Amino acid sequence: MANIISDETIEYVGILAKLELSGEEKEQAKKDMGSMLDYIDKLGELDTKGVEPMSHVFPVKNVFREDVVTNEDMRDAVLKNAPGEKNGMFTVPRTFE
Amino acid sequence: MAKQYETVIGLEVHVELATKTKIFCGCSTAFGGEPNTHTCPVCTGMPGSLPVLNKQVLEYAVAVGLATNCTITQYCKFDRKNYFYPDNPQNYQISQLYLPICQNGRVEIETENGKKYVGIHEIHMEEDAGKLIHDEWDDCSLVDYNRSGVPLIEIVSEPDMRSAEEVIAYLEKLRMTIQYLGASDCKLQEGSMRADVNLSIREVGAEAFGTRTEMKNLNSFKAIARAIEGERERQIDLLEAGEKVIQETRRWDDNKGESYAMRSKEDAQDYRYFPDPDLVPIMLDDAFLDQIRAKQPEFREEKMLRYKKEFDIPEYDIQIITGSKHMADIFEQTVALGSQPKKVSNWLMVETLRLLKENNMDPEDIRFSPENLAKLISLTDAKAINSSVAKEVFEVMFDQNIDPEKYVEEKGLKTVNDEGALRKTVEEVIANNPQSVEDYRNGKEKAIGFLVGQTMKAMKGKADPGMINKLLKELL
Repeated sequence: MANIISDETIEYVGILAKLELSGEEKEQAKKDMGSMLDYIDKLGELDTKGVEPMSHVFPVKNVFREDVVTNEDMRDAVLKNAPGEKNGMFTVPRTFE
Repeated sequence: MAKQYETVIGLEVHVELATKTKIFCGCSTAFGGEPNTHTCPVCTGMPGSLPVLNKQVLEYAVAVGLATNCTITQYCKFDRKNYFYPDNPQNYQISQLYLPICQNGRVEIETENGKKYVGIHEIHMEEDAGKLIHDEWDDCSLVDYNRSGVPLIEIVSEPDMRSAEEVIAYLEKLRMTIQYLGASDCKLQEGSMRADVNLSIREVGAEAFGTRTEMKNLNSFKAIARAIEGERERQIDLLEAGEKVIQETRRWDDNKGESYAMRSKEDAQDYRYFPDPDLVPIMLDDAFLDQIRAKQPEFREEKMLRYKKEFDIPEYDIQIITGSKHMADIFEQTVALGSQPKKVSNWLMVETLRLLKENNMDPEDIRFSPENLAKLISLTDAKAINSSVAKEVFEVMFDQNIDPEKYVEEKGLKTVNDEGALRKTVEEVIANNPQSVEDYRNGKEKAIGFLVGQTMKAMKGKADPGMINKLLKELL
């Protein structure tokens, strides 16, 4: 494997993704990420001079909607997806910045 | 000699756009709905939902960009900014990093040292987040996603400002431009315009920038000015004590007049931006830009110049009236209905400003129509009502936009122009007030004022003071 993922990197990515990994999981994740990066490195073998970066796989552009209200109150349906509900609001673990 | 410091300030301004619907779904943006009644799978980030861009958002963003002399990015796209916080149900905010819609603009501001340009680094489109409420009772947080997906533009300036005055001049300029475009009402207090201040200091003459901090939670021009002064002092104190400024985000507490650190660069956010695959690229041709350009309104500076040429009203009045697009519209439409500009301006400058202040309202909140103001002015022109009745009627009109003609008719407020009836009342007043009559005859000119007042009272205010004066002088 050409790409070696360090312990610091896997720790940092874990923090960003809000994941707590066991020692074993960390080792597995390091291997997986390394092989993913190796695979991506293949692109580096190609000559991409003059090729525009692609941001979308379909040749579609300019899809817009008009500024017209089309949605009615669907709170009850939306709240069915909530982990918890109180006073018409989603409840989540206490959060503050 | 003590070191001289220069303040270097750049601004990030978020403006909530005045669209009817959210940026990527057909939910209403109306303020004040019951929690989560303006939500759907898109703006609550449900898997499998598909965002579609609101065309009006794009048009407003381009219009603001053109008005601030930006280059419009004709091939542009959206990116995902990843972070975890419950006000953001997708775990990413749809924003623009790589190809923001507008770039490299500038606006001109007036400073005490003359005109100056403030560069606009970029303007990008993005979505607002939901609102978190902390529930002490259950020790949890409650989320309302009505604001989630409300369209914003973020206007990022270059670090071109050097004082609180310049910052406020720049914000006023942006606010005025955006209000004239109708793209937002830009109210700092209500959060439809939010400014984050990036500030650093350096020794006068130094080339390199100092370490900057970012200040949040500034919701009035006064708070912004105080926060800038406070942060400048804080950074100078640090440097003078041989310490370093730490790059961090600080929250301003305007009541205490101090700021505290929210998060530092140490645990800096790494947003791992990448192009949003749910949204297709936007390609704007020249015809589209021309269309927006053709719809640009007359902005404040042009309006001020035209008023100076067209209307015989004081410079100060012009400044106040054009200081609000809504007020300027009322002024112009009332004049177009045939009222004399000076009279229209007087009603706006005196009574309107007084009532706005008393009711703690903004000029944008004026409710009376130009038609009704024109009617009120023609009633006074025709001497159908006197000036104190006119003020009374105006107050009702200011409050409820009543038709002054109908109101005067219904309440019987018309001036009595029947000279016979008025003459009779004046005779009675003369008979009942011998002391004042004598004073007047003995050369006390002021005594006539009292007699006019008495007559007016007897006529229940419905008389023309000029005519009373004339009759009194005649009969005395």
